[in-house]
Amino acid sequence: MNTKDYIASGILELYIAGSLSEKENEEVYAAIQENPELLVEVESIEKAILQLTAAAKKDASYSFENIKNKLKVEETKVISITKLQTNWKQYVGWAAAFILGSTLILSVLQNNKLKEQLASENSEKELLEAQIDSASTNLASAEKLIEIFRGKDIISVPLGGQAVSPNSYAKVYWDKKTESIYLDAKGLPEPPKGKVYQVWSLTLDPLTPTSLGTLDSFIADTNKIFTITNANQSEAFGITLEPEGGSLSPTLEQLYTLGAISS
Amino acid sequence: MKDQSQLILQFQQKDVKAYEKLYNLYCNSISGVVNNIVKNDDVAQEITQDVFIKAWNKADTYSAKKGRFFTWLLNIARNAAIDYTRSKKFKQSKQNLSADFFVDILESSSSLDSETNTIGLKEFVTKLGETCKSVIELLYFKGFTQKEASEELNIPLGTIKTRNRTCIGELRTMLGV
Repeated sequence: MNTKDYIASGILELYIAGSLSEKENEEVYAAIQENPELLVEVESIEKAILQLTAAAKKDASYSFENIKNKLKVEETKVISITKLQTNWKQYVGWAAAFILGSTLILSVLQNNKLKEQLASENSEKELLEAQIDSASTNLASAEKLIEIFRGKDIISVPLGGQAVSPNSYAKVYWDKKTESIYLDAKGLPEPPKGKVYQVWSLTLDPLTPTSLGTLDSFIADTNKIFTITNANQSEAFGITLEPEGGSLSPTLEQLYTLGAISS
Repeated sequence: MKDQSQLILQFQQKDVKAYEKLYNLYCNSISGVVNNIVKNDDVAQEITQDVFIKAWNKADTYSAKKGRFFTWLLNIARNAAIDYTRSKKFKQSKQNLSADFFVDILESSSSLDSETNTIGLKEFVTKLGETCKSVIELLYFKGFTQKEASEELNIPLGTIKTRNRTCIGELRTMLGV
């Protein structure tokens, strides 16, 4: 559409009246920016409308002084204060939200940390309890052992090292009353993998070995004292190294210690 | 009018002196539009003041892209005046109203206000056709959209635009603008 037709369409008159849509207003504005001729036309129309509308006022005179004071008051005081207040409120709001948020996050983090701490402390406590428990058990068993060893009915049998391991030694405390022996095997080396020590009760004439069992827990046992039931009329005790699971008869080449009851 | 856009910019930066110039340019027109709606000179004066205070307070909302500054003021003025007509105060004083249209106000005006060329306009509106009177009333004084005016006057939408253009053309010829 050329300028003349555009003007003749009457759109600029409606533009001044404010009767166009928002979109149309923007289009007219853009057209005016491009074509100064349109601006001249718009200004002329506006001038005419200004005079026409002004004629509809009555005699009252309008002085800017009447509103000037109100403007100043609102500008310097009311406006700035309300602005300040809203800003202040806004900032406080955001600050409060921030603090609340970070406090929440912090407390959640702290809570988790505390929970972890509590958990680790709990497991530590359990560990300690177990230690105390085992210590008192150890103590009790040690006391029991001392008691046993000191008992007058206990037969003490030292077992000496044999050809395969001359430095080995062991001791058997035999309580005939309870039909049990306490074997102190501290003097034996750790058995190689796949092998176990087997304890034998022996009668000497004729030499008859009776298995008292294998020391399966030898490596794990800390004090290396083993309680073994023995109802035999033993005359000697021997310890041999046997394949895992033990043997029916002792492998004499692997006899580590041997000791006869002296009486 | 480069000066005018400069004034508007200054006004938006809360320059009171610039606003005074704009006020002097538009206050009579605004009060005319308001008066045509409220039909009460004292009330029109009061509302006109409010309009300019309101415009000052929301200066930052004006954008040239959305329309002319005068048109922006017109909208604020019409809304303020129409708000008043919905108030109790207005409804109580309604029976005293005599004039209905801007034409009646102009015709009954005894003002010899030189600024506003009242005598010339009075002559102009008496000669104006009925359709022109109605179209101008609705579009400029009442703030009707093109569509609303078309429905109100039972005139096709496109005709409103051209008819109005003709009416305003007559006005401009009479005023020499």
